[in-house]
Amino acid sequence: MTGADEVEIPEVDSASGSGLPIRGNDIDTDQIIPARFMKVVTFDGLGEFAFFDKRFTEDDDLKDHPFNEDRFQDSSVMVVNSNFGCGSSREHAPQALMRWGIDAIIGESFAEIFAGNCLALGIPTVTADSETIQDLQDWVDENPDGEINIDIEDEKVTYDEQTIDVTVDDAQRKALVDGVWDTTALMKSNAGAVGETARDLPYVGDAAGSSAD
Amino acid sequence: MSDRTLYDKVWDRHKVTTLPTGQDQLFVGLHLIHEVTSPQAFGMLRERDLEVAYPDLTHATVDHIVPTADQSRPYEEDAAEEMMSELEANVREAGIDFSDPTTGDQGIVHVIGPEQGLTQPGKTIVCGDSHTSTHGAFGALAFGIGTSQIRDVLATGTVAMEKQKVRKIQVDGELGDGVEAKDVILEIISRLGTEGGVGYVYEYAGEAIEDLGMEGRMSICNMSIEGGARAGYVNPDETTYEWLEETDYFQENPDEFEALKPYWESIRSDEDAEYDDIVRIDADELEPVVTWGTTPGQGIGITDPIPEAEALPADKQDTARRAQEHMRVEPGETMDGYEIDVAFLGSCTNARLPDLRRAARIVEGHEVADDVRAMVVPGSQRVQEAAEEEGLKDTFEDAGFEWRNAGCSMCLGMNEDQLEGDEACASSSNRNFVGRQGSKDGRTVLMNPRMVAAAAITGEVTDVRDLKEVTTV
Ligand code: SF4
Repeated sequence: MTGADEVEIPEVDSASGSGLPIRGNDIDTDQIIPARFMKVVTFDGLGEFAFFDKRFTEDDDLKDHPFNEDRFQDSSVMVVNSNFGCGSSREHAPQALMRWGIDAIIGESFAEIFAGNCLALGIPTVTADSETIQDLQDWVDENPDGEINIDIEDEKVTYDEQTIDVTVDDAQRKALVDGVWDTTALMKSNAGAVGETARDLPYVGDAAGSSAD
Repeated sequence: MSDRTLYDKVWDRHKVTTLPTGQDQLFVGLHLIHEVTSPQAFGMLRERDLEVAYPDLTHATVDHIVPTADQSRPYEEDAAEEMMSELEANVREAGIDFSDPTTGDQGIVHVIGPEQGLTQPGKTIVCGDSHTSTHGAFGALAFGIGTSQIRDVLATGTVAMEKQKVRKIQVDGELGDGVEAKDVILEIISRLGTEGGVGYVYEYAGEAIEDLGMEGRMSICNMSIEGGARAGYVNPDETTYEWLEETDYFQENPDEFEALKPYWESIRSDEDAEYDDIVRIDADELEPVVTWGTTPGQGIGITDPIPEAEALPADKQDTARRAQEHMRVEPGETMDGYEIDVAFLGSCTNARLPDLRRAARIVEGHEVADDVRAMVVPGSQRVQEAAEEEGLKDTFEDAGFEWRNAGCSMCLGMNEDQLEGDEACASSSNRNFVGRQGSKDGRTVLMNPRMVAAAAITGEVTDVRDLKEVTTV
């Protein structure tokens, strides 16, 4: 392990805050962050462009969108439907949501790369069935200040004095709860074994350098 | 151990260890990078004072923001210039090979890897781009990753992944006239849904797949992600080896070709490999497929009626209704005759030489319809050069197409090539999401390259089989 690599990785065993509903299936990453806002070399400042085309008209007038509503400005738990985050691998999508203020997402289902990108930022993506999600979305709509608490280890969400069962992918749960969701340091510590695996591969070795010179 | 898939075998060969999270740490054999998703990762590396662990196994190109008209430096758009300069600085510092536009090797990342022979069977290949699945056409295990994972790969040469299930998609029979690889994959996605592949890797097999050239196989693997599968692959065979033998890499290292062949053979899925699921598709039944909606899963045969939202599964109805409103299509009608304003022939799905050849054959002797803006954007500088040499550029230009330089272009509208207002576009690309081609009111209809050529000529979505004698390629 290189000594320089000392990044504090917090354990994420719960998340809480008020919610906001983002309704609709198949909400893709082009909607979450349109490609024209990706012409940047850092993620800073992406928050204001989250869902941009859903929030503003051509003339920059506000459209109806939860991200525009005063009552949701302090919300941090997004409640979504199925296949959320499908499309491209752009980490700009969860980065924009995180920088807008989202700490956790509860939904019917998530696209895989999107969920992986969220995990890399320590954002849990927990799932429940369609009916449970719709109930929660309705409740959030009526209770924009209502507190939602996600217990990641026990796979439970509490709101409005009730507790519902949710599912957290095993690897995600472990990674968040044990604070190993930032894999760089962890994997770097295995450098020796990595080298062995590489040397065992028939195409590594001379193959590694010859097209590069 | 004779019942394993290619996925199992390649995974096991690259597995370093199992991490405390339960994920496996996999060694990465080829890391491709481009200007949009890598700068932040290099930034994170610098913050932690880390270096690139395997620069020799890393290769860069510029494709997403590169202008496809005037490419003189500095680029006209400041943001594009900044991203390009950042990439140049990063690869220089780390000693990473870069196919920049002055090399003649530049192009879309998923076109140049296979072209140069970097993409090989039995490699693990990652890139900060979801269409990395393309490289699976060679029997590689290839998948898209996010920027934090790019940081992992740069710093450690490995990536943390969970092993997935394998679904075999068996495409038997023969593709009919005018029907292409693109139609096969659009059909698969329409049938299984855009999330049907979540949790799976797709193995494409069967006579119709074996009959395809490498370009067709790439078109199919490319869009695996559109069906929710993070990776897709085809077992390597003689077609694969013939392609590889011609690439720079094996031209320069002919001994390695023979040396590696046994490995390539060894990773093919076993005859009695066990799959978690098998889906069968009959190639003979397929016709050209076009999309009517705003997800790649909303596709139909060109002679089929657009479905009523109510006739779809409950969870698809809402999306369908919104899509139909956006696209302004009527359930019950076919897409044949849907007016278009733009024809885009390009992208990592369909901008390789055979794609352009087939489309050129349709275009020959015709003219682009009045009021239609038609453009060809070759997938790489090499494709461009080869196409120019065999006269395809002239064919397209004579017909009224614009001939551009290589890049992603209007596939995602990050450079100057964008739809305007509510323009409708016949596109050979892979995504028809709202706003994808640069205008939030733009309307994208996905189809195969010959269908794009046909639409350019008639000014509307057209069954290419009605237009001209077509032959399968
Ligand atoms: S051509 Fe389109 S899909 Fe392919 S890499 Fe470029 S932007 Fe992505």
